[in-house]
Amino acid sequence: MKVNVIVKPKEAVLDPQGNAVRDAMRHLGMPEVRSVRIGKYMEINVEGEDADLEKRLHRLCRDLLSNPVIEDYELVKTNGARKTSQIRKKQK
Amino acid sequence: MKFAVIQFPGSNCDQDCVAGINSIEGLQADYVWHKETSLRDYDAIVLPGGFAYGDYLRCGAIARFSPIMKAVISDARAGKLVLGTCNGFQVLCEAGLLPGALVRNRSLRFVCEMVTLRVEVPDSPFTHGCSEGTLLRMPIAHGEGCYFADDKTLHELNHNRQVIMRYADDRGRIVPEANPNGSIENIAGICNREGNVLGLMPHPDRACDARLGSADGAKIFRSMMEAIVAQHARAA
Repeated sequence: MKVNVIVKPKEAVLDPQGNAVRDAMRHLGMPEVRSVRIGKYMEINVEGEDADLEKRLHRLCRDLLSNPVIEDYELVKTNGARKTSQIRKKQK
Repeated sequence: MKFAVIQFPGSNCDQDCVAGINSIEGLQADYVWHKETSLRDYDAIVLPGGFAYGDYLRCGAIARFSPIMKAVISDARAGKLVLGTCNGFQVLCEAGLLPGALVRNRSLRFVCEMVTLRVEVPDSPFTHGCSEGTLLRMPIAHGEGCYFADDKTLHELNHNRQVIMRYADDRGRIVPEANPNGSIENIAGICNREGNVLGLMPHPDRACDARLGSADGAKIFRSMMEAIVAQHARAA
């Protein structure tokens, strides 16, 4: 099973890195940019596929991959690299 | 009296901690490798600064699962004094021994400078002998020392007198200009509800000799020693 985990800073947490990138984007000719929030993206390849495995993955998302005090996470099951290639196609 | 200084792969203030503690008469510090599983022989535990496990993922996120942390957590719950400085503070937050978290400095810069701290709670095991409002000088050196806690946690911290030290200016005023990293309410150090676990972003270990700029850090270690003596006297 392949999963993607996205970790994002919580709304209430200041993201100075995101603000710096937002300012750079505005500076580079896109004054329309309202905000940028920077998180982490992880591609995880796991052997097997069942509900228990997913439950354990969620537990690790809370214990290790994110810190629930400052971050939210999303766990998305994917079928291999399909998602990535879709993104690439759109770019063409 | 014996203090344990935990060495994680990537710790880099372990020697400062051992030297600082050993400079105080009556204290002896040992290095304890993170793969050890017991801290039974020690009266207090110190988690030093550095970049444990490269600070990969988040500061302290992986160190928190080191074998020694089970002993740190159980000893802390049993009332043993635990001090985490800098990276050690981050590890204690990740381990759930202290509330809140430390995030990227608001300025996005790594700050390395001498700061002034105001003691907010004079009767803690870490601030014996300091009256309220005492100003201490200690260095800081971190990129992710901006303390964050949600409103409810912050309220509890203030209400239970868990904020032990705040960044202050030379006259002891808690002002934004004295805040080196953007921590909420200028928080530099907090303890747990029970008062036996302290996380401190500044480095008392680097302030144990006046020739190095300040000896105020020694007051923290000396206070811990006095608190342990008092604890033993009560138990006897």
